[in-house]
Amino acid sequence: MSIQATLKGFGVTFKAMLTKPETIGYPEHKTPVHPRFRGRHRLWRYENGLEKCVGCSLCAAACPSDCIRVVAEENHPDERVSAGERFARIYEINMSRCIFCGYCEIACPFDAITLENEYELSEYDRPRDLIYTKSQLLMPHPKSVPNRTPEAANG
Amino acid sequence: MSSEPTPPQNDEGIAGGFPLASEARGVLEAARREGRGLTETERAIAQVEAFTPEEASARIALNEAVEEDPGIRRPMVINLGPQHPSTHGVMRLITELDGETVLDLHPVIGYLHTGIEKQCENKTWWQAITLVTRMDYLSPYSNTLAYCTSVEKLLGLEVPVRAQYLRVIMLELNRIASHLVWLGTSGLELGAISVFFFTYRERDAALDLGEMISGERMNSRYFQVGGCADDMPDGFEAELRKFVDAMPGHVDEYEQLVAGNQIWLDRLVGVGVLPADELVALGVTGPALRAAGVPHDLRRSNPYTGYERFEFDIPTFENGDAYDRFRVRMREIRESTKIIQQALDSIPEGSHIADDRKVVLPPREELAVSMEALIHHFKLVTEGYRVPAGEVYSGVESPRGEIGCYVASDGGTKPYRVHMRDASFVNLQALRPMAKGQYLADLVAMIGSLDNVMGGVDR
Repeated sequence: MSIQATLKGFGVTFKAMLTKPETIGYPEHKTPVHPRFRGRHRLWRYENGLEKCVGCSLCAAACPSDCIRVVAEENHPDERVSAGERFARIYEINMSRCIFCGYCEIACPFDAITLENEYELSEYDRPRDLIYTKSQLLMPHPKSVPNRTPEAANG
Repeated sequence: MSSEPTPPQNDEGIAGGFPLASEARGVLEAARREGRGLTETERAIAQVEAFTPEEASARIALNEAVEEDPGIRRPMVINLGPQHPSTHGVMRLITELDGETVLDLHPVIGYLHTGIEKQCENKTWWQAITLVTRMDYLSPYSNTLAYCTSVEKLLGLEVPVRAQYLRVIMLELNRIASHLVWLGTSGLELGAISVFFFTYRERDAALDLGEMISGERMNSRYFQVGGCADDMPDGFEAELRKFVDAMPGHVDEYEQLVAGNQIWLDRLVGVGVLPADELVALGVTGPALRAAGVPHDLRRSNPYTGYERFEFDIPTFENGDAYDRFRVRMREIRESTKIIQQALDSIPEGSHIADDRKVVLPPREELAVSMEALIHHFKLVTEGYRVPAGEVYSGVESPRGEIGCYVASDGGTKPYRVHMRDASFVNLQALRPMAKGQYLADLVAMIGSLDNVMGGVDR
């Protein structure tokens, strides 16, 4: 009786040897993410190069972990930075505090900040590398992660 | 010479700053009279690590016996944890062993204390959702639902039917994922390593579905006050159907792997038995209680978020041992797939979140066109909504038992108090009566079978 059950168990194990592996070779092959996935933040510009962020600090108010710091300043007429009246002179996100809830994305009335697909965010030094500045956030991540499509999900 | 005072004897006064035996007896006697446990001071005075006066007396008697006969057989105190891999996180157990037999044990908790309950008092009602989800990290949906329903009750907010269906779907998906983690890790503890790989394969598929609908794999804030953060994305229903259709077959696979296996039976049958009335007295809920034959399930006895609409069984067994808990959880996975299928078949059209502009954020597309929507948006994000003063408790059936959220409001924009009644914390109490007199090796199986998540125990 129990021998039978044990053999049945081994049967499942041996059958698994014939199936395709479920694992992926990680650093070479990255898992694509679903469109709603919330990873690293990104600040956006309009097509004319002006920043979408107007420094209203709504994201900082919404943030449950208080990881966003915004210091706003008036736009100079000769040297416009953002499309609005004011712009964010300092925009920092402390990535070691961020919990990726996406409330900043919800709060932003101008779609200036979104959470993108990148999830490889480890760094060696907290204050030096994990406080993302505005220039970093405006750049696309060097190692972008693709969205998951039906084909990618199965292969 | 004889007139010289003799040096004070050990039980007459303070000698060298050390408390005396009589004083120790005094505090123990006082505690016994009042019928309570020992305080930390009293433990220090009695110089004995015990929690009740009876225990302390036994310990003192043993010490005296040891002094008389150093070769006497005495218990050995061993610390299990906090980093023991089979204690599910960071639980420490002070175990007293006589050979292989556990004479007594004291769980020491708090290594994963995060202060979430206190933190909630400093966040707005909306922000607190992201905190409560992180307590019992294997059932984030149950945590957030307990909190959100409590707040909804205070607000008197109606949740749309479609949102209720979405909630049920995600709760049951979460239950499946949580039970899969339980089976995998319990298997690891008992030496059945293969089952871990099989369950984590399906668990990953469940987490993928969570990522698809909520954007987060584990600590999701998908449930919001008033409904759900978003509707189902394209392709979600097909993926979910694929998952739940395949799930019963996978459960068969796990059962083939372990259920009849003699080693599995030897490790689990008759281990960790507590009679049903004792479990009820301890407040144990969830699979541990149902395995002892008590068909208590909040989904049935006190339906929330529309569970009364679905047909499902509440699996119960009679023995109340670790093997029955395993069987209950396997059956629950099957029942959960049934619930998800019913919900997908009958989900009505409608909104995924309530239409109450004073509480719920306005739809995204309205921000660009409606000034009123923008004003509401700014107000809700910066200050948050006000919740009428009052207190409310609502419980939900998490994969581990009843998770309840007690919320008190003083009418402000932040909770006055958020308290969670966490199933893991209460169920952990059953470990001591369960393990007394049993073998140390079975203790690991008992911890596993109770399925405590330390993030929920410590909060």
